[in-house]
Amino acid sequence: MEIVVCVKQVPDTTEVKIDPVKNTLIREGVPSIVNPFDKIAVEVALQQREKHGGRVRVISMGPPQASDALKECLAMGADEAILISDRAFGGADTLATAYALSTSIEKMGPVDLILCGKQAIDGDTAQVGPGIAENLGMPQITYAAKIEINGDTVKVDREHDDGYEVMECKMPVMVTVVKSIAEPRFPTVKGTMKANRTQIPVWTAADIGADEKRIGMPGSPTQVRRIFTPTQRSQGQLIQEETAQQSVAKLMQLLGDAKII
Amino acid sequence: MKFDLNEDQKMMQKIARDFAEKEVAHGVEERDEKECFSRPLYDAMAGLGLAGICFPEEYGGADGDVLSYILAVEEISKADAGLAVALSATVSLCAWPIFAYGTEEQKQKYLRPLAEGTKMGTFGLTEPNAGTDAASQQTVAVLDDDHYVINGSKIFITNGGEAEINIVFAMTDKSKGVKGITAFILEKGMPGFTFGKKEHKMGIRSSQTMELIFQDVRVPVSQMLGKVGEGFKIAMTTLDGGRIGVAAQAVGIAQAAMEASIKYSKERVQFGKPISANQGISFMIADMATKVDASRLLTYRAAALKDAGKPYSKEAAMAKLFASDSAMEVTVDAVQVFGGYGYSREYPVERMMRDAKICQIYEGTNQVQRMVIGGAMLR
Repeated sequence: MEIVVCVKQVPDTTEVKIDPVKNTLIREGVPSIVNPFDKIAVEVALQQREKHGGRVRVISMGPPQASDALKECLAMGADEAILISDRAFGGADTLATAYALSTSIEKMGPVDLILCGKQAIDGDTAQVGPGIAENLGMPQITYAAKIEINGDTVKVDREHDDGYEVMECKMPVMVTVVKSIAEPRFPTVKGTMKANRTQIPVWTAADIGADEKRIGMPGSPTQVRRIFTPTQRSQGQLIQEETAQQSVAKLMQLLGDAKII
Repeated sequence: MKFDLNEDQKMMQKIARDFAEKEVAHGVEERDEKECFSRPLYDAMAGLGLAGICFPEEYGGADGDVLSYILAVEEISKADAGLAVALSATVSLCAWPIFAYGTEEQKQKYLRPLAEGTKMGTFGLTEPNAGTDAASQQTVAVLDDDHYVINGSKIFITNGGEAEINIVFAMTDKSKGVKGITAFILEKGMPGFTFGKKEHKMGIRSSQTMELIFQDVRVPVSQMLGKVGEGFKIAMTTLDGGRIGVAAQAVGIAQAAMEASIKYSKERVQFGKPISANQGISFMIADMATKVDASRLLTYRAAALKDAGKPYSKEAAMAKLFASDSAMEVTVDAVQVFGGYGYSREYPVERMMRDAKICQIYEGTNQVQRMVIGGAMLR
């Protein structure tokens, strides 16, 4: 079974600090990690490989240091890693990112299952996975809390606020995963040493044959204008008189004064 | 002289740190309170390969260096010093002598499972009447055809009762004194090999310490480690390396105590400001930081010498001596920084103080370390 996992290197935003002047995420001194949902996707891929055999390849679009994130996935047990990196990819929004990744996946040969984390903890859009599926003309199942593979059929329990939706689909399919599906394994010592010695191939925009108008800033119809913490809405006015009757009387008076009634 | 860690070492440190923070830190208070060693936790730790870091791949190891292993011991010690000693006793005191002195069969049979993490080990040298005076072994091994028959007992043995593989030292020829001691590999379950009382300790209570008892235990000659009469040399060279592990443990304990003190001192407000704003406290933190860093550098230096194949006995003794004394001072000060709360079992520093003490005692008391260093300086 050919599995491809898309991962992103993100700042460790469990310690979110927003610059009060610029309203942007403070990135200095914040360590970079594998996006937690993507790490879970790698774990799911490894578990499926253990059950059904096959190959797990991880791919990431990012600057050169994103190879550290890929190394961590190799140390967990992924078979191969590829870094898609080029100045031309810079400034990409989710449309351009999904295009770059899907174009790269096409170059990787036939794929049975594409796994992605549900969203990146820095962007929180949850759009890239579905974008990749659309570009490849592949069905997609998002928010997988449970996955079962039988032959060429994938069965997924989709997580909703009020329950689960069970869906079934024939491969190839793109699936995004939620936190509850698996606990990512720790990288082992041997895996780490092997990962450190692995030269991760880097594919440029030219290598993947990308249309330069569809990648990076030129390929991004959306632009981030501002990131800000929303101002706390005031709690409203609390009416708490000695008795219920007094509270009601006060409320009636306030509503009357405001000409609401 | 490079002071940076290389990529492998950094990643090794990260693996141990992540595991320590996510898995080991939970339940450490309970393990300490209930004096219980968790084999599943050891298995999870060793399953990552932490017990095999510095052994060759052909024996189940990862072909890493001693410094990487020492980094792992330090990280685990920050979360649970008792679990760390379970690891270092298995690796430095049991696996290493088999690696250094064992036959090929012994390495495949005993070193491999220790490195792969499926088995644990002990180092059985100490007896009720033979502590620092290790040469006064009263456990005896008598040759009977192709077996040695062992009688005697060992006390204060880390991992005793849990460990499948036990290095046991016994007197094979009393007339030869120190040169009459031989080392043997005993397996748990051998007839006559039983365990005595479990020690109730001041600290490292999540580590199991037990008495080993030998009553006519028949050990095949093939399980003798090294040559007849070589036991004392094996014990002493093993302890040389084990000292670096204890030093790393002490560094980890002290680092955790210091970090807890820094955090608390910023949060605790008295007289309208955090107590860290007072020089009395900031000076204590400064002293802690200096001692921890100095201990760390001595420890890493000893590990680096061992990796380079250079003599490291004096430097390992210095690291163990300084790091353990520092850990004791730092943890006592940590309790002081926390004040009344530091004395309460609800806060972690009193456990760290109780844990630190043993580092000044085992694997050669700090008095023995001074003997080693003094001896080396005055040759």
